[in-house]
Amino acid sequence: MSAVVLQAENLCKRFGATQALDGAGLVLRAGEVHALMGQNGAGKSTLIRLLTGAETPDAGRILLDGRLIAPATPLEAQREGISTVYQEVNLCPNLSVAENLYAGRYPRRRGTGLIDHARVRDGASRMLAELHLEIDVERPLGSYPVALQQMVAIARALGVSARVLILDEPTSSLDHHEVRELFALMRRLRERGLAILFVTHFLDQVYAVADRITVLRNGALVGEFPTAELSQTQLVTAMVGREVASVAAREPRAVVERDAQVVVEARGLGRRGALFPVDLDIHTGEVLGLGGLLGSGRTELARLLFGLDRADSGQIHVAGEAVDLRHPADAVAHGFALCPEERKTEGIFAGLGVRENIVLALQARGGWWRSLPKERQQALVREFVKLLDIRLADIETPVGALSGGNQQKVVLARWLATAPRLLILDEPTRGIDIAARQEIMAEILRLARQGMAVLFICTELEELTRLCGRIAILRDRHKVGELPAGSEGWQVLELIAGEK
Amino acid sequence: MRRLLAHPLCWPLATLALLLLANGLFNPGFLALQIRDGHLYGNLVDIANRAAPLALVSMGMTLVIAVRGIDISVGAVLAIAATVAAWTITQLQSSGAGDGLLPLFAACGAALGVAALCGLWNGMLVVKVGVQPIVATLILMVAGRGLAQLISDGQILTIYYAPYAYLGNGYLLGLPFALFVVGAVFLILKLLLNRTALGLFVRAIGDNPVAAHMSGVRARAITPALYMFCGLSAGMAGLLVSSNMASADANNAGQLFELDAILAVSLGGTALAGGRFSLAGTLVGALIIQTLTTTIYSIGVPPQVNLVVKATLVLAVLLLQAPHFRGQMQSLLRPARGSRA
Repeated sequence: MSAVVLQAENLCKRFGATQALDGAGLVLRAGEVHALMGQNGAGKSTLIRLLTGAETPDAGRILLDGRLIAPATPLEAQREGISTVYQEVNLCPNLSVAENLYAGRYPRRRGTGLIDHARVRDGASRMLAELHLEIDVERPLGSYPVALQQMVAIARALGVSARVLILDEPTSSLDHHEVRELFALMRRLRERGLAILFVTHFLDQVYAVADRITVLRNGALVGEFPTAELSQTQLVTAMVGREVASVAAREPRAVVERDAQVVVEARGLGRRGALFPVDLDIHTGEVLGLGGLLGSGRTELARLLFGLDRADSGQIHVAGEAVDLRHPADAVAHGFALCPEERKTEGIFAGLGVRENIVLALQARGGWWRSLPKERQQALVREFVKLLDIRLADIETPVGALSGGNQQKVVLARWLATAPRLLILDEPTRGIDIAARQEIMAEILRLARQGMAVLFICTELEELTRLCGRIAILRDRHKVGELPAGSEGWQVLELIAGEK
Repeated sequence: MRRLLAHPLCWPLATLALLLLANGLFNPGFLALQIRDGHLYGNLVDIANRAAPLALVSMGMTLVIAVRGIDISVGAVLAIAATVAAWTITQLQSSGAGDGLLPLFAACGAALGVAALCGLWNGMLVVKVGVQPIVATLILMVAGRGLAQLISDGQILTIYYAPYAYLGNGYLLGLPFALFVVGAVFLILKLLLNRTALGLFVRAIGDNPVAAHMSGVRARAITPALYMFCGLSAGMAGLLVSSNMASADANNAGQLFELDAILAVSLGGTALAGGRFSLAGTLVGALIIQTLTTTIYSIGVPPQVNLVVKATLVLAVLLLQAPHFRGQMQSLLRPARGSRA
C-alpha cells in the first residue's frame, strides 16, 4: 500500500441547527483515485470545504504527510498542497486560457514590473502540454467547450505544487466522450503520484476510475472500501443505509396505453440556429424519452415547446388545437411544465422560502390579483414536502440553504402543484444522489400512470431505456429517429452516434 | 430575544431610536409634544412631516430596487410634477377659472398623470428597449429638469391659491395632512403586495429574473408598472413640496432626492441586489435621514461643514446596520471580555 498523504479524522461541523458533519474522516494515499460517495446532505461538500480551508472544523484533525494542518482559507490549503476544482468552473471566460492559468500570480518583467506576456503564454502552453492538451492559449477560455475549461481549471489547480487534487462533481456537465478524456487525465495524474479525491453521483464513473471508495452517511463515516471488492448494490446500500437498489429494477416502464390521446403534437417545429424542424407526438400517460448528446438540440426543443424561444417554423397543437406560445406563461396556461436543466440559474429562487418557491408557478397561472390563501399554500406545500420527502426545518427556509437534491425536488414540486398535463424534465437527476433520484422518478412514473404526459430529457442511456416508453433521438440538431418502447441501450447509442 | 434581533426591522428602528434619544439628551425639550390650537406640535411631528416627500419617493424606489432596478430620475420627476401643478393653477387662474376647487383637482391630476407617464417611460426603456436601469433613468434625470424649465419658461412659479396650500401645510385630525398621504400610500401598497400575489412576483423577479420568467411570471408587465408607480410617488412628493413652499422651482425642487431615496431604501434593510424588500423599513429609513438633517440644524452645525457631518453620521448608521461589521466588532469585543474574567 502506498504512502498516506492526507488523513482526516473525526471531523465535526455544525451549521445552525444542522449537524453537517459528525465524525467524518478519510484517508488519501499517493497515486490513487479515491471516490467520496454519499447521498445529498451526507456531508460530502462540507468535508471538502473543511479540507480546502473554506470552513474550519468544530472538532477533529487533518494530517498532511503526518503533520497536523489547519488551513483557514483556500489559499492556505493550496499552499499546503491541497488544490480543488469545483463543480462550476470558477474561471473567467472572457480572459484567455493563459491569463486564467496565471491570474493572481502573473510573472513580472524585471525593472518595469509589467506583466511578462511571453512568459505567461509559454508557461501556459507548457502547463497544458503536461496534461497532453494542445490548444491555443491566447483564445478566450469561454470559446472552448466546458470539458476543456474544466481541464484548464485542473491545470491551474496543479500549477502550484499539489499533493492532493480534489475534483468536486467534475463530470456533471460533460458528455460521455469528455468524461473519458477527463478520466484519462486523472489516470495520468495518478501515475505522477498525486492523490485524487473524486466526488460524483455517477456510480458507473466511480467503478470506471476509482481505486478506493469512502462512503459518508448523515455526516458520519460509513467506511472505506476497495472498489474491486464492493458491488454496486453494496455501495448503494452503504450510502442509503437501506435496501433500495432493487427498486430500480422493479420500476415499471411507462408505456402508451391503447386509449391514450395525443396531448401535444409538434409539426415541423424548428428555429434557425437552434433546431431543424422536428415532428413529435406526446401522449397522455406516456414518458417519452429524448436522447442525444449535450448540444444536440434537446434543450432547444424543450425551450420551443415551453414558449421560451419563438419557433420560426412549424406548429404546436395541444389536444388538437393549434396554439401560439409566446411566453412561458402561455405554455403554463396550456398545462405545460418545465423543470430546467440549470437548477441554480433557471430553477430556484435561493433567497425565497420553500413555500414561495413551490406556490409560484401555480400563483403565476392564477394571475396576480387573486392570491392563494395562506392556509391553502401551506397545505399544498406540506403535501409536496411529504410526497417528495423534501428535508427541511421549516417551510419558510430559504431554498438556497437546502442541499442540491432537495432544491431539485422543490422545483419539481412547483410544477407538480400546477397539475400539468405535460411535464418536461430536462436532466432532472443531474447532480442528485441515487435515493433522491429514485424518489423523483417513482413519483413521476406514478403521475404518468394517472395520465400526465412526460418528456424526459436525459444523457444517461440506462436511465433513458429503463424509464421511458418511446425514445426520440436528436443528433446535431436533427431528429434522427424514434425507438419503440423496450429498446435497449445499445440501440439508442447507435442512433446517437449515427453508426448505422 | 434572538428572534427579535433577527427581525429585519430591528436595526433600522434601533438606529432611529438611538438618534432621537441622543437628540433628547442634547436638547431636553426635543422629544416634547404639545397640543396647540387642536394641532399636535413638536419636533417629532415636524420630522415626520418633513420626511413625507422623501418617504413617498423612497417607497416607489423600494419596489424598483426590489426587481433589481433603480430610478435616479425621481428628483427630476418631482420637479416636473411640481412645475406642472403650479403651471396648471396659474393657467386656470389667468383664464378666469381660478375659483373653487377645480384648480386643485386639475393641478393634482395633471401633475400625477405626467409623473406616472415619466415613470412608464423609464419602465419601457428598461423592459422593452433593454437599457440598464441606471442609464435609462439617467436620461430623464438630466432631461427632466430641462422639461420642467420649458414648462415654467425658466421662472420660479409662485402659487397664489389657498386650497393648494392645504396639501403641504394643512392639518387633519390634529396631524399634518402629508402624514395621511404617506399612510394611505403605505397601506394601499401593503394591501396590494400582501393580499394579491404581486409581492410574491416582485420578490421572485428580484431574486432570480430568469427563473421567474420560466415559472410563467410576466415580468415584462409587472416591472414597467413598478417604474410607473415610482414616477407617481415622485409626483405626489412634488405636490407636497410645491404646496409647502407655495412655489415650484424647476431647477432646485427635489435636488439630489434620488440619492436620499436610495439611502433610505438601503437604511431600511432592502438589499440593493433585489429580492427581499421592506416598505416599513424604508419608511424608517426616510425618518432616519430626516432626523439626521433636523439634528444637524438643531445642534447648530455651521452650514459649511453640514454635509461632512451628515456624511459621517450616514456612514456610522450604515456601519451599525451592516451585519459583517457588527460581527467584526463582536469578535473584537469578545476576547477583551474573556481576559477580564
